[in-house]
Amino acid sequence: MKLNKIFKNILLVVFAGLILSACATKKVTNQMQGDVYTGKDTVEYLASGVPDRVFFATNESVLTTASRETLRKQAAWLRKNSKINIVLEGHADERGTREYNLALGERRANAAKDYLMTYGISGNRISVISYGKERPVDSGSNPLAWSKNRRSVSVKAN
Amino acid sequence: MKKTKFYLFVLLLILLPKTSFGLIEVDITRGNLNPLPIAVSPLFVETKSVKDFQNLLKKDNIGEDISAVVENNLKSSGLFNPLKREAFLQKPDIAHLKPRFEDWSLIKAQALITGEVKYENEKLRVEFRLWDVLAGKEMMALAFTTVPDNWRRVGHIITDKVYQRLTGEKGYFDTRIIYVSEKGPKTNRVKKLAIMDQDGYNTKYLTLGNELVLTPRFNPTNQMVTYLSYFKNLPRVYLLDIETGVQEVVGDFPGMTFAPRFSPDGKKIIMSFAKDGNSDIYTMDLENRIVEKITNHPSIDTSPSFSPDGKYICFNSDRSGYQQIYVMKSDGTKVKRISFGKGLYGTPVWSPRGDLIAFTKLHKGKFYIGVMRVDGSGERLLTENYYQEAPSWSPNGRVLIFYRETKSDSEGKGFSAKLWSIDLTGYNERLVDTETDASDPSWSSLLSE
Repeated sequence: MKLNKIFKNILLVVFAGLILSACATKKVTNQMQGDVYTGKDTVEYLASGVPDRVFFATNESVLTTASRETLRKQAAWLRKNSKINIVLEGHADERGTREYNLALGERRANAAKDYLMTYGISGNRISVISYGKERPVDSGSNPLAWSKNRRSVSVKAN
Repeated sequence: MKKTKFYLFVLLLILLPKTSFGLIEVDITRGNLNPLPIAVSPLFVETKSVKDFQNLLKKDNIGEDISAVVENNLKSSGLFNPLKREAFLQKPDIAHLKPRFEDWSLIKAQALITGEVKYENEKLRVEFRLWDVLAGKEMMALAFTTVPDNWRRVGHIITDKVYQRLTGEKGYFDTRIIYVSEKGPKTNRVKKLAIMDQDGYNTKYLTLGNELVLTPRFNPTNQMVTYLSYFKNLPRVYLLDIETGVQEVVGDFPGMTFAPRFSPDGKKIIMSFAKDGNSDIYTMDLENRIVEKITNHPSIDTSPSFSPDGKYICFNSDRSGYQQIYVMKSDGTKVKRISFGKGLYGTPVWSPRGDLIAFTKLHKGKFYIGVMRVDGSGERLLTENYYQEAPSWSPNGRVLIFYRETKSDSEGKGFSAKLWSIDLTGYNERLVDTETDASDPSWSSLLSE
């Protein structure tokens, strides 16, 4: 038990070290890497082990390594459940103009859609909607809240 | 589009002024550290009309009420300092016939408004005069009639005439604001289209709040509005006739359309269409329904706004990597970036006077409302805050209205969204009263033109 815990801590330290050395300029907190949310607070699951959402850096729609991993899990799940269609809901944080954020949310949801399609999911099964900054999950006016809100969420459509 | 319902029935006659050139002038191009002291003598209600107005409008003294509208407008402009009525020495009826200028200069009034209201042939008839107190001369006299229910508009029209006579520029008081009324938790705001008079009165709600609605904008030539609605979870640009309530989707696009605005002649809608992660700018002609693609670039192109002559379009694009402001010809050629300052720039709106573009700027975690010339030079930031955006011009291009949000904690405590206005000079920042929280304001043209 105790040994296990120590082992875990060592792993964590090693892991953190890896990230730090990979990207020395980016701040790593327990819930954010750079300004991309890495926590689990708001995440829901489409099925066991299949997170429903991916997170983005400010003004970005690039998928992070973690996001790609999540989407690959979603793709595998969608392949197994071929009758299920999904809606990708793209969102932005509150620190941008309303109209630009609508476009940004659309771009983020499409980044997720494109990735799912490269893993064999038909575009016909995926629809996309942007909510811009209209539907935050965290109302806070702070960087952590904003990072939770910059997201694309896969929602079952049927 | 006829404006029958809102139009004043008769602009009756102009009483000939005894002198045609006035001496007081108000300079509106500077910040007004010395607003002009003006006395608004309560309009005299003709004795035999008093009962009629009591019955019709439940008002004991409609003259005082109309004058209060005028006073409030003048004060909110920041250019005038309406003096307290208690200090007035002369009675309204006598002042209107022949002011005793010594009495008015004694209380430091430089200008004086007097008038009379009566009920005549089922109409409200108002007659008013503007006087130069120091010169002892009449500057303007005007009379008109309308339906009694329009009494607040009478006050707005009087203000517009006085403002124009004293500043040399058209007023903006007989106008309305369309905006989004907001309620509920920040994570799930209920939003409705709302419309009100420029001074915050006569609020009406145009949608029920069943679907998300955003960014309403007036047609500059009539009472049509374009906005974004999430009806049936399909975000599309809609057209709404606010007199009949009839609405329709604009065009047949296989995806989200957003950021709509009218062309200055009111005949086209310009907007963004988002497809496959890319937003470009399109126009649709409202008569022949022809759709044209104006920009074609793998970046986000949005928030388009026409120049008042219709020849150019300013818009927002992140083609340089970040949000910046661009200008192009209305056919999409000759695209030129105009914003080069530090920070991000969004929501450009072309001034109705043609010489300036107002914008939102984000720099070092602060939001600014500013203006720049149409070539990008002469950037001037008018106001700084935690969050504010989306300026809309008054029809005379002197005032901007925008919305501002406050910080909140993770439960949403502390959050508010309110409308604010500021003079082009950067002075006279004011909260615009609304019944609920509010955002996305758009200013109408003058109604009585």
